Amino acid sequence: MATVPSDPSVQPTRRRLVEVLLGGGLLASVASFLYPVLRYLVPPAVADLGGDSVVAAKVNELKPNSARIFRFGSRPGMLIRTAEGEYRAMSATCTHLSCTVQYREDLREVWCACHNGMYDLNGRNVSGPPPRPLEAFDVHVRGDEIVVGRKREG
Amino acid sequence: MKALHAVKSWIDERFDWAELTAPLRHKSVPIHKLSYWYFLGGITLFLFVIQVCTGILLLLYYRASANEAFESVQYITTQVQFGWLIRSIHSWSANLMVFTAFAHMFSVLFLKAYRKPRELTWVTGMVLLFLVLGFGFSGYLLPWNTLAFFATKVGTEITGQLPLVGRKMMIFLRGGEEVTGATLTRFFGFHVAVLPGITTVLLALHVALIQRFGMSVPPKVEAQWKAHPEQARDMKFLPNFLLRELMAWYLALGVLGALAALMPWELGTKADPFAPAPAGIRPEWYFMFMFQTLKLIPAKIGFLDGELVGILVFGAAGAIWLLLPFFDRDGRGRMQRWITGVGVFALAFIVAMTAYGYMAK
Repeated sequence: MATVPSDPSVQPTRRRLVEVLLGGGLLASVASFLYPVLRYLVPPAVADLGGDSVVAAKVNELKPNSARIFRFGSRPGMLIRTAEGEYRAMSATCTHLSCTVQYREDLREVWCACHNGMYDLNGRNVSGPPPRPLEAFDVHVRGDEIVVGRKREG
Repeated sequence: MKALHAVKSWIDERFDWAELTAPLRHKSVPIHKLSYWYFLGGITLFLFVIQVCTGILLLLYYRASANEAFESVQYITTQVQFGWLIRSIHSWSANLMVFTAFAHMFSVLFLKAYRKPRELTWVTGMVLLFLVLGFGFSGYLLPWNTLAFFATKVGTEITGQLPLVGRKMMIFLRGGEEVTGATLTRFFGFHVAVLPGITTVLLALHVALIQRFGMSVPPKVEAQWKAHPEQARDMKFLPNFLLRELMAWYLALGVLGALAALMPWELGTKADPFAPAPAGIRPEWYFMFMFQTLKLIPAKIGFLDGELVGILVFGAAGAIWLLLPFFDRDGRGRMQRWITGVGVFALAFIVAMTAYGYMAK
């Protein structure tokens, strides 16, 4: 260490060249070990097999003022039948910290048990910590099936 | 650099850096024509570290159940980026580690490095060798392929033939009467928790003992140095030997990477407990010599079961091997020649039986 010249540009030494070559080679090989490991750590993307619409329930399966959770792709969705008999569908993943919400028959609202978040029957966040409304889905009755799909833009 | 210095002086003020690193700085390695054998233990240690690292990576995707194990390994090798490489390195490194551990053991035996005061270094090393074999045996089953399934069946069945405790041991290993998903769960637990825990403790002890006693000088070189003290040479462990060791590790890594990339480890077909064993079922190569010997032993020796005699002989040989230094109490002459002779015989036996096992159908 003590023999390294104070100004390498004036006195480029062979030692310096060897150090750069060795150090560079080592760095390059360490990088070549780390790169595959970092790529390995990233889980492969799982294809969302849900598509854009799904049969959430059969007609008459739900009483008025009740709800059920259905699979929408890899996430849960919620189909609600209001006390008036109308169908509503929305994402069941709370926008706060991703717990699955539930329908409260007593309050006639959507409630998240984790942090006491509250949404109305259109999915709007009305009280508690949720920052955004739940994503609302389209509901169609086709024959005796209730089909839920993503809302089309425009 | 300044920050590094600050950290060092922070530690120095509290723990006395100089005293902490003194054993490493004072350690020296004797130089003679057999010095190259000193590298083997270090390479084995290096491969063990690789095993720990790649093993942890495999744990990110592996699932230990009869229904999912094979598929999860298949997923690792086909879907996960570089998964094939990580798995292949784990398998190859395991095999190389078994090889270097055996080579290390035989080099210590022939160079008589187990002599007083290093008896316990040998004993801990032998236990570590048995643990490495345990790692191999338990890890082999984890992909849940046909070959591994039947190898495990045979291996645990052999345990079951031991007198008195055999059957109980077999049921303990299998987690029941048969090799099932319960066996896989157990072997997984042994492989990733029990064995690594014990190995880490023993490894620390093994290395601490080596640190305490320093490197052994083979008897012939020692005698020569005693007669001509001016011939005795050594190098500092830090940094001289360590840098050479690092080069050996780098080389080992190169070999490992080349093997893993050019000859990726195969997965085979999923185990089916109700399918007949296919032809060519055999254990990992390091169990081959025992497997082949047991095949050659006649069914009955006198009134005793031939297989049982074989197992008992191997067990006794293992126990004698473990306690080898204690047979070499006078430290010179007759007994040492005996031990060398037995060592040569064992090595020749293992090599011959392994070769025979691969050639015989």
